[in-house]
Formats: sequence, structure tokens, C-alpha cells
Amino acid sequence: MNERQNIPPGPGLLNQCEDNWHTEMGAIFFGERAVLRGKDIFEAYSNHRWLEFMVSAVTGRESKKTARLIEAMWVICSSYPDPRLWNNRIAALGGTTRTTGALAINAGSAVSEATIYGLKTSKGAIDLLHRFKKELDFGASLEELIHNELKQYRVVWGYGRPLASGDERVAPLMKFAKSIDCGTGPFVKLAFEIGDYLSDTRYKYQINISAVVAALMADEGLSTNEFYYLSSLSFVGGMFPCYIDAINHPEGTLFPLSTGRINYIGAPTDKNWLPGDNQ
Amino acid sequence: MTDSTDEPQREQITTKIWREEAEPDNPFAASTCYCSGYDVYGDLLGKISLIEYIWLLFKLEPPNESQAKIFESLAVALANPGPRDHSVRAAMNAGVGGSTRASALIAAISVGAGNLGGSREVYTTVQYWQQCGADLKAWQKIITNPPKDERADVWPEFEHTPGFDPNGACCPTPVRQLLDHLCTFDGTDTLQWLKNHRLDLEGYSQTPLTFSGVAAATFFDLEFEPEQAEIIYLILRLPGAAAHALEQEKIGFSRYPFFANGLTLTDDPGPVSCHE
Repeated sequence: MNERQNIPPGPGLLNQCEDNWHTEMGAIFFGERAVLRGKDIFEAYSNHRWLEFMVSAVTGRESKKTARLIEAMWVICSSYPDPRLWNNRIAALGGTTRTTGALAINAGSAVSEATIYGLKTSKGAIDLLHRFKKELDFGASLEELIHNELKQYRVVWGYGRPLASGDERVAPLMKFAKSIDCGTGPFVKLAFEIGDYLSDTRYKYQINISAVVAALMADEGLSTNEFYYLSSLSFVGGMFPCYIDAINHPEGTLFPLSTGRINYIGAPTDKNWLPGDNQ
Repeated sequence: MTDSTDEPQREQITTKIWREEAEPDNPFAASTCYCSGYDVYGDLLGKISLIEYIWLLFKLEPPNESQAKIFESLAVALANPGPRDHSVRAAMNAGVGGSTRASALIAAISVGAGNLGGSREVYTTVQYWQQCGADLKAWQKIITNPPKDERADVWPEFEHTPGFDPNGACCPTPVRQLLDHLCTFDGTDTLQWLKNHRLDLEGYSQTPLTFSGVAAATFFDLEFEPEQAEIIYLILRLPGAAAHALEQEKIGFSRYPFFANGLTLTDDPGPVSCHE
């Protein structure tokens, strides 16, 4: 809490904030120590696993079980080392062009915020589950909610999958989740109920891993944004092998394209540029 | 037309933008490249300006003289947001740390993509223009009651009226100078309307018009789609970020703000005894 909260947006607020950042989150004290969310990092976190630290950093809460579940999700669900997958292919293209590892992985990671897969799907799925759960608790019918979602948005995040009908990751993830006493909460139940309903409709949508992961995390008490932040690096495990593989192959050899692979459907190629004219 | 007849079994990239003919001795090297029907290296080179070529890539047809001048003026205005701008600061942070030059541009793009002064603001404002056009009442309505998607998105929600500066006072002189300049060209009905109604809109939003707002109106006058406006805005702001990043790389971190005394930790456990 500080005095700036009483100042409305404008130059006055910026003036108040110049060289003046107040934070509860953390800081480094050079040569001495570092703090995260009110705890000394060396003292409180030295024995944490990295994802346990990440759960604390993102949520401010401690949960070994949530961290372990996320770790398993990253291994089972989002780290396929296949350079044909769009985000992985960027990492691999970086390898074949001999860019740096960090640039390749970060480009692939940024691209993972995609619509047909990846982070938009994940965030959309947990948001949908939270919204539906709230409506159901107020007495809405699941059928009506799904119908309205499809009517309004023509998509139900977490259901259906590009390139495939079923999702092979669902069973192994659920098996692991149950092995650590997860997977039986209300959001998981809801996610599969939606899947059962949709698979019987004319859309034939099957539940995909986004809905399952989102449901497991919602049952762990994660908010939509907490889940989104904790998912944002989930694909890098599959990217490193793709980059390393490509950099170990002769340069430029990852899926090269000859000129005939361009299917041109544009204007006839007989134009001449006339400077300054609207041709 | 299609180049696919000899390789029907192979997947292809379908495009209206680009066609290539192969060198006789190498199918992986182009002998001729066409952009929307123009021979790039045999005809366009030496004739076309960079801004006309960027236009051609997105529009697939040449700009008229007025459109080219408007687009070029916008490009000049946006090319360097200056070293206080968030996106340029991101690039300079790469520079002072000796990071890769590519990462400087990635930093500028990532930070400059957001809702506050960034390309997402331009995207959203062009959508506003599509919805409201020159209807002042529609603008009043959308500013006072902005549309909200009840679904969560990866983009944060807007905390201010897009196209306007939540931390501004009056409309800055360069913003007005750009708007005045652009209004001297034909084909700027939207910009003219914005100039005439700027004070009304600023009154509704209680904030001044900013560069992203003028840029969005310009893109709308030039009939770019919101997603085209979003991505072109990112491109056009990169030159300054790049130049400032390289300059700071040479000057070094010791002469660049670190805000050493600027941070106050309000939840500090203090030194822990076991470290002593």
C-alpha cells in the first residue's frame, strides 16, 4: 500500500512513480540476498524443486502436489520432440539456420500462444470450466451452456483437436494424476461431462488434453491467469531436442522447399511498375 | 494459376503474394521472384520505394500517390518512438547487457505489442473505427461503455480508451502535428473527422489522443484490416528501437538507468542469520 493509489492516472501519477517503484514481490540485495514474496530465497527456497518455486512465484502459495502435477503435464502432454509441430518447427528451423538456442526456443515458445493449440486453448479451457461451473452452481443446464457457447463462439475450448480425433495424452495423464490423489475433483468431472456430451453431438468433438490439464489445475485451486502463467513455458521440453537435432544435421536441410512447392494463386506475372501511378 | 501440376503429391505453400521460377540447375534457388505479379529483381528494384513495396506486399496492388505519401508520413512518424518509449527501452535493455541484436528487436516487438501504446491498441482502435466510423454518438457509446468479451483471452483487458493516453494531459504537439500533416492529403476523411472531433473524443475518454490513435485512423483511411494495422505498426516502430539498442550497446550499462535507488521492497524479511 502506498500513497500513489490515491492519485488518478495522468502526469501526476507518473511523476509520483518516477524512480519510485513499490513492490511486495521481491528484489535483489547485491552481494547479500534476494527476496521473493516476503521470503529470503536462499533460506526459504534452496531445497525447492524448480516448479515448486515457480508455483510460489506465480501464485504466492506453496504446493508440492500442484508442482508435481505440472511437471508431469509438461512431460506427458506438451513436450513432444517432433519438428513437424508448428512451434517445435520454429525451434528446428532455428537450428537449421544456425541461430542461437535461446532465440530459437524463445521464438517457438512465443508462438505457442496459439489459437488452434497451445496457450490460447489452455487459457480458454480453464476459463470455460470456471464460467460453466459458476453457471451450473446457479442452476444452469450443461446442455444449454454448451449450446450457447457453440452458438456464440463456434468453439468450445478444450474439445476437438487439429489433425486428430482423439487425444492419446488423456489416459496417461489421468493415470498419473490419480497416482498422486488428483483427478477426482469437480472440474475434472465437469470436463469429462462436457466431453461426453460433445462426442455425442454432430460435432463429434472429443475432449483434448487442454481441457483435462485445465480441469486438474482448476481443481488445484489455480485461477485462470495463474494457470496461464504456469503454462507459458510448458512446450520448451519438446523444442530443445528439435533444435539440437537440426543443428546436428547439415545446415539448411530441415524440410527444404523447392520453388515448385509454392502454389501461386495471385495476379498474372506480367506487370510492369509505373512509379507514382495508381496502376 | 498454379505451379503445382508437376508435384501434385507434395504439400505446398499457397500464396497470392509470391511466385518463383527456379534456376535451371537448382530447384531450390529462384531465378525470378514475382511479388503480386511484379518481377521483384527484374522490374521493381530501382523503381519502387520501400514504403510502396511494403504496401504492395500487404495490399497486392500499388498505392496511389496520396496513399503512398500518407503511408510514408506515418512510417516516418512512427519510426522512432524515442528512448523513453517502453518498446525502445526494452530494446536498449538488450543493448546494454550485450544481448543478441535479434533479442533487442524481439524485446521491442514483445513490449510494443501491448494495449498501452502498442500494436494491440492499434488493432483494437481500428476495430472501433470499423464499428463507429464518423458517428460521434457511436464513439461516445463505445468509449463510455467499451465492448467486453466474457471469455478470458491471453491479452489483458484494456484499462483505458484505446488510442488515447491514460497518463496524458493535453494532446502532445507531435501528435497534433502528425494529424495536421496527414490531413493535408486526399483520402483522409477519417483523419479529417478525427481532427474536427478530437476534443469531443478526448472529452468522452477524459484522456488525450495519442500516436496509436492517429496511426489507427490512418490505417483505417488506408483501408488496412485491423490485423494488418497491428503488424505493420510493429514493423514501422522497429528502426528507432534498433538504432537506440546499438547506441546503448556501445555506451554500456554503467551509463544507462538501473534505478538503483528506485525500488522499495515493502515485504522484506531482512537479512537472515544463517547467511552470516
